[in-house]
Amino acid sequence: MSSKKKMAWNAGLIVALLVLLFVLEQMMPPGSMFLTVLKKGAIYALVAVSMNLLNGFTGLFSLGQAGFMLLGAYTYAILTIPVESRESVYQYFDGGIVQFTVPVPVALIAGGILAGFFAYLIGLPVLRLKSDYLAIATLGFAEIIRAVFQWDKLGPLTNGSNLLRSFPSFKSVLYPFVVSGICITLIVLLINSTYGRAFKAIRDDEIAAEAMGINLAHHKRLAFVISSFFAGVSGGLLAMYQTTIQASMFKSAMTYEILLIVVIGGIGSVTGSCISSFLFIACSEWWLRFLDNENLYLGGFHVPFLRPGFRKVVFAVVIMAVVLFYRQGIMGTKEFSVEGIANFFKRRFSGKKAVKGGGSHE
Amino acid sequence: MSNLLEVKNLNVSYGGIKAVKEISFQVPKGQVVTLIGANGAGKSSTLRSIVGLVKPESGSIQFKDTELAGLSADQIVAKGITLVPEGRRVFSDLTVLENLKIGAYMRKDSLDDDLNWVHDLFPRLKERTWQLAGTLSGGEQQMLAIGRALMSKPELIMMDEPSLGLAPIVVQGVFDIIKEINKQGVTILLVEQNANMALKAADLGYVMETGQITLQGSGKELAENEEVKAAYLGKAKK
Repeated sequence: MSSKKKMAWNAGLIVALLVLLFVLEQMMPPGSMFLTVLKKGAIYALVAVSMNLLNGFTGLFSLGQAGFMLLGAYTYAILTIPVESRESVYQYFDGGIVQFTVPVPVALIAGGILAGFFAYLIGLPVLRLKSDYLAIATLGFAEIIRAVFQWDKLGPLTNGSNLLRSFPSFKSVLYPFVVSGICITLIVLLINSTYGRAFKAIRDDEIAAEAMGINLAHHKRLAFVISSFFAGVSGGLLAMYQTTIQASMFKSAMTYEILLIVVIGGIGSVTGSCISSFLFIACSEWWLRFLDNENLYLGGFHVPFLRPGFRKVVFAVVIMAVVLFYRQGIMGTKEFSVEGIANFFKRRFSGKKAVKGGGSHE
Repeated sequence: MSNLLEVKNLNVSYGGIKAVKEISFQVPKGQVVTLIGANGAGKSSTLRSIVGLVKPESGSIQFKDTELAGLSADQIVAKGITLVPEGRRVFSDLTVLENLKIGAYMRKDSLDDDLNWVHDLFPRLKERTWQLAGTLSGGEQQMLAIGRALMSKPELIMMDEPSLGLAPIVVQGVFDIIKEINKQGVTILLVEQNANMALKAADLGYVMETGQITLQGSGKELAENEEVKAAYLGKAKK
């Protein structure tokens, strides 16, 4: 398939998806679980892809995602709460010190930029570390950020440990899809560029990459900053989705959820992260809900053990099973593409081995 | 004859352990120069410090008219030196083509001519363009490592043990390629344990022992030197 034809296909698919979403939204009752999963799934897909850029494509094992999301979410909220509502939101801090608002897209991007800026500063010392050490350092950073944002002295800016609310949010499921879609497209373009190739080279073999003239420090910092930028944007989206935010939401458990999505989807696969994000959110929020019902009867048989929270036990088992049977994640390092599916069926039905299916090169 | 590379009183150490002690040697333009010696003699450390992977402790490394000591690897590669690292170190999860493109990372101009050049030298790499480098055989990986280095259009290519772990017939192929590349005008600094092959291919040779250069001469002279024969060529002194 030529690249032009491929692009036309992809554009067509995207339009079809958006139309489908629009129609679904009109048909479903608002607040249906399905739409909730789609919204949250789209947001997590973005942050998962941004983490994958770092962990999967550059080989930097960072666990700071929740911290960068917090920065994005707070920036977004602080910059968009209407001035007239500030008195009630910042009730303990005399309406806070920020007394202006900016348009929503500007606030989202500002959140990303702030997250990226912090990543740059943090990156100067911690990117010298490797693997587990880097993970611990970034995890520590995220925890510190969370603690600092709850600090009373910063109250006029962050509202301390109180909720931030009344900022604009989105109603339509299309909103997170479009924003995440644009961001993920940008990440994919980056991955397929010369820079992306350099990132992958660093992941595969740092010494050889350095010998090829790739400046390790510069490229690692670049990947870290870009990944954090998009984590910040997704933090802003998450704030819009939740309608209220609080620093205590952004615990390290959130980073682990994102890490799980990345691992289950396949480290080094963008489409894998997207698919597993929706599956993960659907499983944890929706499909397993019935397990929380204490009075579940199957044809007169009272199912034992069920109680609120039991779904989490089952969910953990499901994750273990997935990791056991799909070592490489759902997609491995391959990408989901129209071409890949076409090749798959061609192979199936012609009985001949195609050169390489399931993946698109470049 | 002008020297492309001139190393003077180079010292390299790793946390107090001296790997290279006060060595000096020259690489004349257009020649094949080899550094031979046993394991741990400091050959690889010498190459790594020239390309900037290890910072030299002291000494000078002159490339054409530039001092390289103290520069970072990316600056040095941009000046026209490249290293084929020991153990090949191809990017195993990238395709053959991507590996080659990364070799040209420092360049901004068109790569088509050089891709054709590398494909002419190694037709096998052209056949395997879309294959992941990790799935190539050892010999093919070595070809890829050399091809990748050539993609940066180097004036000096340094090879660290290109024959390591390869079958004898493949080793012969690697040395044929080295001669061919040299014929096309690229200067070569070769580090080898396979002293026999290296000295045959080399115009000029140096013998390294425990961080110092103990002997030097043309490839032929060294190959006939009794000490070299005894120590590296497996031929007993008469």
